Amino acid sequence: MGNTRLFVDFGSTFTKVVALDLEAEELLARVQVPSTVDHDVTVGLEEAFEILSQTVHIGDAERHQTVACSSAAGGLRVICVGLVPEYTTEAGRRAALGAGAKIVGSYSFELSESELREIQEAAPDIVLLTGGTDGGNKKVIAHNAAMLAKAGFGVTNVIVAGNKSAYDEVEALFAGTGKNVIFTSNVMPEIGVLEVGAANEKIRELFIARITEAKGISRVRSMIADVIMPTPAAVLEAAKLLADGAPGHPGVGELLMVDVGGATTDVYSVAKGAPTAGNVRFVGLPEPYAKRTVEGDLGLFHNLDTLTQIAATENVPEGFEEVVDAMARTNSVPSGDDQDACHLLLTRVAVRSAVNRHVGSLKTISTPNGDATVQRGKDLTEVQWVIGAGGPISFSADPAQVLEGAVFEVELPLLLKPKAPQMLLDRHYILFALGLLAQSEPAKALRLMQKYVVPLHSQDRQLSGVSG
Amino acid sequence: MEDHLGCVITGTIGVDAHVIGTKVISRALREAGFKVVELGAQTPAEEFIMAAQETAADAMMISSLYGMAELDLEGFRDKCTEAGLEDILLYVGGILGVSRRNFADDEAKFKRMGFDRVYAPETDIREGIEDLKADLARRRAGRS
Repeated sequence: MGNTRLFVDFGSTFTKVVALDLEAEELLARVQVPSTVDHDVTVGLEEAFEILSQTVHIGDAERHQTVACSSAAGGLRVICVGLVPEYTTEAGRRAALGAGAKIVGSYSFELSESELREIQEAAPDIVLLTGGTDGGNKKVIAHNAAMLAKAGFGVTNVIVAGNKSAYDEVEALFAGTGKNVIFTSNVMPEIGVLEVGAANEKIRELFIARITEAKGISRVRSMIADVIMPTPAAVLEAAKLLADGAPGHPGVGELLMVDVGGATTDVYSVAKGAPTAGNVRFVGLPEPYAKRTVEGDLGLFHNLDTLTQIAATENVPEGFEEVVDAMARTNSVPSGDDQDACHLLLTRVAVRSAVNRHVGSLKTISTPNGDATVQRGKDLTEVQWVIGAGGPISFSADPAQVLEGAVFEVELPLLLKPKAPQMLLDRHYILFALGLLAQSEPAKALRLMQKYVVPLHSQDRQLSGVSG
Repeated sequence: MEDHLGCVITGTIGVDAHVIGTKVISRALREAGFKVVELGAQTPAEEFIMAAQETAADAMMISSLYGMAELDLEGFRDKCTEAGLEDILLYVGGILGVSRRNFADDEAKFKRMGFDRVYAPETDIREGIEDLKADLARRRAGRS
């Protein structure tokens, strides 16, 4: 009694609840039920609580301490509007991804009328408006603010994270429009400097303050404490905690985490990613220490076609496509050896493709003084840990083999993937809960993580048993 | 009316230490009546931009003799745009690429990268100064 804490993830398909005993530092139970966000989000949650209460005591105290994350109702949908695609637009995208958003559009330079119509039709939860370094270009951000200001419904929340010298003008343009406009510091205050922290924070605040309300998710406030962040943000928090540790509790160090889902594959790296080889020059926008990328075309359920196409370019077993078709018909849950093998292959392809896109790469350029090597993106070759998360990996027949897709390949020496990492698995799929717990009790969350995010070995083919 | 023809930022980009050329350019520009902000050798792209912002410069004359100019100046025009320098004149000169013998290729490449003028090695600086006067006059006429 009193030691039980519950954590909820409202997903678009499932509502998951994890019960932890904070005194004994143990996982008590985990249940998932179909999400009911479309009509009343509380219905699914009540159902989950009821199932859970067969094994765990759930009283008023437990309910009112419960915090949640959500990716339901389309997730946190953000459109980024910047100036140059590779600079302030990209900086805005990174801020949004780090806040756990789903980017539903990116626009650069001066918005046209047709682009504005697209934005209105997309009706994002937030428009993140960037452009210009501080003291730099004012014209484009002012033009884009004027365009967004005249947009009717479809544009309700705007976070401005661009050239501060344009803020008075931007504020005047939005005056009287009734739109919720929030100003924060520039994502790119000067050339070559990326500062996404403040914008990231404002996106999360807005998510809690307004967006859960608009999506009907805040109804759960009658049942539990609150929905405090988007699910990918909770997972990123867990990754940061595992890497960096808590005060007095060291973490494991730099890591790469892959979360394969039904519709997307998320990759998180908590690592500086500076060049590890000598004479390599880093070029491009600086990389955030905690970086998230999302591959919207790689999912084990909604985007099976893309994965199958990529897999088909490799060695696939005979009858592969028929087996995939059969699996797709049965909701992607594999049954039988053929389907297991096929599911494993596809998950591995998802991991491999997503990590290949996440990591940095090298390129050699010839100059009159000999060859020069440049690096774009993060060098993760010396990262020691690769963590697998998400249903398709956690419940795979052979998670270690799936995660091999994240490891450096001799045939692709220019892709900077980890060379000799140790593998860990979020076997019980509870990282979101530990990311949420990390907000109040980081040391406990870290110890739970060290207990339940378990080492994997290539021969380890067992699904049962929790080590540690 | 200002007491000079215009403000020009000079220097060698990246980690290029060949400083003689940019010194000659700076001196010639000054003698021709320009205000010159001389950044000297081994100047990062960001410093060119900051110096131009501070001085409201009209043009940059960037030197590079060590073959890395393409890399050092990647996205330079875009950076200038973000920094509010969308109208600045960008000149580059020196040993710009590997194709020493085929300057036309280098010229085309740097023009695509957003440079207004590209000069081969051993160009007479007086040519560059005449071009600058002409480009500035055209730009000022366009504005008024």
